[in-house]
Amino acid sequence: MARLEIRNLHAEVADDEEETILEGVDLAVESDEIHALMGPNGSGKSTLAKVVAGHPAYRVTEGEVTLHLDGDEFDEPIPEDKRTWDLLDLEPNERAALGIYLGFQYPAEIEGVTMVNFLRTALNAKFEEREELFEDEEDEEEAEEAGYDTSPMEGPADEGEVGVAQFQEILRGKMELLDIDDRFADRYLNAGFSGGEKKQNEVLQAAVLEPEIAILDEIDSGLDIDRLRDVSTGINALRDEEGSGVLMITHYQRILDYVEPDRVHVMLDGQVVMEGGPDLAEKLEDKGYDWVREETYGTA
Amino acid sequence: MSSEQEDLKETDTEERFAFKKEESSAFKTEKGLTEETIRLISEDKDEPEWMLERRLRALRQFKEMPMPTDWPGQPDLSEVDLDEIVPYIRPDIDTRGGVDEWDDLPEDIQDTFDKLGIPEAEKKALSGVGAQYESEIVYQNMQERWEEKGVVFCDMDRAVQEHEEIVREYFMTKCVPPSDNKFAALHGAIWSGGSFVYVPEDTTVDMPVQAYFRMNSEGMGQFEHTLIIAEPGSEVHYIEGCSAPQYAAFNLHSGGVEVFVKEDAHVQYSTVQNWSKNTYNLNTKRAIAENGATMEWVSGSMGSKATMLYPSTILKGRGATDNHITIAFAGEGQDIDTGAKVYHNAPNTKSTIESKSIAKDGGRTNYRGLVHIADGAENSSTSVECDALMFDNDSTSDTMPYMEIQESKVDVAHEATVGKIGDEDVFYLQSRGLDDDDAKKMIVAGFIEPITEELPIEYAVELNRLIELEMEGSLG
Repeated sequence: MARLEIRNLHAEVADDEEETILEGVDLAVESDEIHALMGPNGSGKSTLAKVVAGHPAYRVTEGEVTLHLDGDEFDEPIPEDKRTWDLLDLEPNERAALGIYLGFQYPAEIEGVTMVNFLRTALNAKFEEREELFEDEEDEEEAEEAGYDTSPMEGPADEGEVGVAQFQEILRGKMELLDIDDRFADRYLNAGFSGGEKKQNEVLQAAVLEPEIAILDEIDSGLDIDRLRDVSTGINALRDEEGSGVLMITHYQRILDYVEPDRVHVMLDGQVVMEGGPDLAEKLEDKGYDWVREETYGTA
Repeated sequence: MSSEQEDLKETDTEERFAFKKEESSAFKTEKGLTEETIRLISEDKDEPEWMLERRLRALRQFKEMPMPTDWPGQPDLSEVDLDEIVPYIRPDIDTRGGVDEWDDLPEDIQDTFDKLGIPEAEKKALSGVGAQYESEIVYQNMQERWEEKGVVFCDMDRAVQEHEEIVREYFMTKCVPPSDNKFAALHGAIWSGGSFVYVPEDTTVDMPVQAYFRMNSEGMGQFEHTLIIAEPGSEVHYIEGCSAPQYAAFNLHSGGVEVFVKEDAHVQYSTVQNWSKNTYNLNTKRAIAENGATMEWVSGSMGSKATMLYPSTILKGRGATDNHITIAFAGEGQDIDTGAKVYHNAPNTKSTIESKSIAKDGGRTNYRGLVHIADGAENSSTSVECDALMFDNDSTSDTMPYMEIQESKVDVAHEATVGKIGDEDVFYLQSRGLDDDDAKKMIVAGFIEPITEELPIEYAVELNRLIELEMEGSLG
């Protein structure tokens, strides 16, 4: 059971100190839960997602982002002193290795790199990085004293690597689950993908990388009804099959007809100002964000 | 008394002579290179008179031509010290290019060899250290098979002796005359070594012909001449060099390549060059394609301090085709100026040029290309695509694709892109678990993928690996 905890998070644009976007965000997401994060344009939802993932364009000025692990998340039991991680100290890829996943609102297009090659590389990179993060420092020191680079117990780096054939099996399974065309695997990463295909791909990648906590930024925008259904199936599977926690950023009630959130958070002006159960989303649909503003500041 | 006087006289004469020598050398612009040196080279190789004459004529042309300095944005060549050239080309002087001991090689080069996993014996041969190695035997076996078909593949110096008539007809006469440019002239004067390939009519050489195997033959490396003659209907793939860095003590490499693609013949010329980073790499490579012939150039330019290399094809015959594929990589302190030239001189000719370049850590790449379609070369088509990728704001990429179209019934397509590795792209890959370096490597591998997928697999693998090594920045 993993838990992502965001406390009093303040952040500004890295090359423009004047522009503060997060003004003290508090929020927590756990495994096996789906949370919806809603709010008007410019309230800081996407920035929050990027800051948690480690985007270099933002600078954190105050607050904490912590990941707590139970110890049984990964193949090997995690020692007690390695269960709590201050994510703000880590590189984006280290956060990914610990199980943070960001589904992008506008995914990058990478020409010349096939999906299958990319995802296998990413999966192996994640395993390798994780191994490094959980390495026993004492063993390391001992090894160093004895003249080795790494602990001799560790074995060659390639040992645990997922091979091409094995990975193709994994990928095929996930694609079937999400009802994705076979040809997807050999296409270049997002290059020439339609808006809907890109979103579907973000969910597929999450399914392959099996994150502890997935943050999905406007995964539902630009989807037709059929694809919305596929994407929703994928998000539900993340929770139900992989046990991931999901933080779903959305403007619309629409996707919530297919994915029922356990909790709903509402952001306004860089803070989370409201929290509630699924009914909060319905209330928002009825009353709009002006109502949130009224509730927060007293007047509209 | 009288003998004393004689002594005086003699001293006098010597002094006067010495003075005169000094004066005459001071008048020469290239004091290092003299007729005497050229005669020595030719004599040492026991060359026929006509070759000596050609060398001497080339030397005169070399001295008359100015250094090229007026190309827009060309690499700085002021450090090419032609005065220093003599010790490296004169057969009577022991200290020719290369070093004697493996340990004397610069560390970055030793490193690269190790990382490429090249066996010790080959390492030594390739780096110019040590003598022949086991691959010679492999080469020998291949040669026997080819000889049965009448295919000739031998050292250029040997070809002058054993295939004199053919060499005399083709060597720097119709394709790359010494008058072409200053470095072609220099090459014509001092060339040594290289390969001669002759493929008879309707013969297909089913295995790539590799110069790789005999890189360490005498006079290796710096001024080698390659002459390929593919008779009508024949087919051959020639591979030059390899991804291992070539160390040269003298800092100029000036090779010459001439390819004759006769009617309906097909020649592919592939090269990956990775000169040590003190080297100026200034080559002249040209092919002439007759009716229905196909010429393909595949070039990977790595290494060197500065490279100026523009493989050219003259589409002389009706329906001739040219394909160019080039990859260039420039790291810190490197200026890689490469491209392609195609002359459409006949109707129904076709050319495609694909160029990809990568600049990193302040390096500069430039695509410099020319497509010329002559008046009357109707129904010809050309397609030029050049893409440049920069790693950072310190690096520079330029594209200079010139077009001279004198015929109206032609099809011309041209596309050029220059871009920087996007921070958002890198972050996207990082968020999936790749570290910063691996993310960039993946983007670069994707960038050159359209080209590597057209290469022979082992070549593509080697090239990718080399680019990865360069990107790790561990090679200095």
